[in-house]
Amino acid sequence: MSAAGRTGAPVPLAIWVLLLLAPFWLGPVGGYTALGTRVLVLGLAAMSLNLLLGFTGVLSFGHAAWFGLGAYGAGLALKFVALSTPLALLLGTLTGGLAGALLGALIVHRRGIYFAMVTIAFGQVFYYIAYRWNSLTGGDDGLRGFARQDITLGPWHLDIAGNGTAFYYFVLTCFAVAVGLMALLLRSPFGRTLLAIRENERRARFLGIPVELHIWIAFALSCVFISFAGALYALLNNFADPNNLHYSLSGDLVIMAVLGGMRSFWGPLLGAAVFVVLQDYVSSLTTNWMSFVGLLFVLVVLFFPRGLLGILRRQGTA
Amino acid sequence: MTQLLLFNVTNGLIIGAFYVLMALGLSLIINLSGVINFAHGGFLALGGYLAFTLSPFLGFWGALLVSPLLTAALGLVLERLLIRRLYGRDPLYSLLLTFGLAFIFEDATRFVWGAQGLPVTIPDFLGQPLSPDLFFITWYRLFMVGVVAVSVGGLFLLLRHTRLGIRIRAGTLDLETVSTLGVNVGRLRALNFGVGIFLAGLSGVLAGGQLGLDPTMGAGLLMPSFIAIIVGGVGSLPGTLVGGLLIGVASGVTAVFLPSASEAVMYVLMALVLLARPRGLLGEEGLMT
Repeated sequence: MSAAGRTGAPVPLAIWVLLLLAPFWLGPVGGYTALGTRVLVLGLAAMSLNLLLGFTGVLSFGHAAWFGLGAYGAGLALKFVALSTPLALLLGTLTGGLAGALLGALIVHRRGIYFAMVTIAFGQVFYYIAYRWNSLTGGDDGLRGFARQDITLGPWHLDIAGNGTAFYYFVLTCFAVAVGLMALLLRSPFGRTLLAIRENERRARFLGIPVELHIWIAFALSCVFISFAGALYALLNNFADPNNLHYSLSGDLVIMAVLGGMRSFWGPLLGAAVFVVLQDYVSSLTTNWMSFVGLLFVLVVLFFPRGLLGILRRQGTA
Repeated sequence: MTQLLLFNVTNGLIIGAFYVLMALGLSLIINLSGVINFAHGGFLALGGYLAFTLSPFLGFWGALLVSPLLTAALGLVLERLLIRRLYGRDPLYSLLLTFGLAFIFEDATRFVWGAQGLPVTIPDFLGQPLSPDLFFITWYRLFMVGVVAVSVGGLFLLLRHTRLGIRIRAGTLDLETVSTLGVNVGRLRALNFGVGIFLAGLSGVLAGGQLGLDPTMGAGLLMPSFIAIIVGGVGSLPGTLVGGLLIGVASGVTAVFLPSASEAVMYVLMALVLLARPRGLLGEEGLMT
């Protein structure tokens, strides 16, 4: 985790303090708690994608598929299996994670543009399935008829179903666990090997590193994390719809990572925060959100290819 | 049953021919410039809409020629202003840029021409079926296949025999050497991009005559083109041709037995190809992997 390491402890500490206190300062600055929860969930999704994009150097452009599978998995679990939030999270994560691991095995031998095209195309399979399989998924209208359930752990009772703030802290806990695992992963020899593959795949191969195996594991883990985020997203909205699986969401996730800075650990979270807040604000002003987001893509590519944190860090070292 | 199967195979071939036209343009740009042009669908829709606006003045035939040219001109402008800056950078950036452009295109078409579907008026005789027995094939569909065949033939002749085409093919294999030999690579890429966008505009006019126009039509046709390219093998234009026809027929035949799976079957086909022959049917290993 060279990125966070270089900026030292203050930045991560500041992020955690801001996140912990979010329900208290979001209101006064014109936000609301559910907006904060959205940032956390989409930030986690963008950070999961960035395991591949920024840290392995593999361009996956179809990650919404695994996000959406997590969402549908969680929703279907609550609707048909049992009224349990932890079970929904588990089944959602497994659905997306397993599908990702299986399809990942098909595509890890491709690189660059080819990899991007195959991930985009495969991502759309699940969109069509969700769109067409009306009886199970609700088709175009989306999956309804489920709601997140309170969690009871012995004497403790978490009122996450009705209380938005309690749900925020529940999501924050999930976020912290997932992000902690990601940080551990990137600090491990395995994570270092991913960086080596990113920097010079041929050299890594000559050193005897099984490159395809590493990329496949990274892909599968990234899918597990992002479907966990997707499951949380379904719980947040009590709803899942085919747009959770569509490639335009994949594009949004990539732009979040790039906007925040894909070479840094926390960049995608920052990118997600900027994106979600802009989306919330702009779509309240105009119906032309698509043009706006399109323009954002163009401007980010032309002027901020290193992302916000990339610029900050450059100025810090200069 | 035979009649139904025949109908759907023919239908599949016609749709496949259409995918080919769109996918060839995408393929040209990917091969020479390494840019996955996500805005290709946007250019396609624009071609169709321009034909709608121009056909009262120029007639169908005039619009069929002029609107792809106008679309290509806009493509050249965008290539010069935006996409050219990203050549040689990580393909991530050109992908994101064209992705953004696709959004802007879709919104702009909706803003200018409205969200409602619009028809492109085709000459009366093209709307007739071939004969009472072959009621399912209108002259227009045959005409579409004809236009595709002429364009594809023209493209392959261009690539094989003209100086531009030879340079494009050489550049696909080794752009650096082509540049060292004194070819203006910037202009080569621009022309190549223009040809690709011309094909997108042409597909848009043809699609408009058959299906009508709506702002999301380009986005909907983009995925089959991607699959056509992957099935045929990224880097191979003949592969794109085969891939497009193949997925068209496959989804046509599937529509007979299991209509709801007619989209999914393309993806199944893609998965099978990637399993059995990861480089694609006619792709060469080492090129564009």
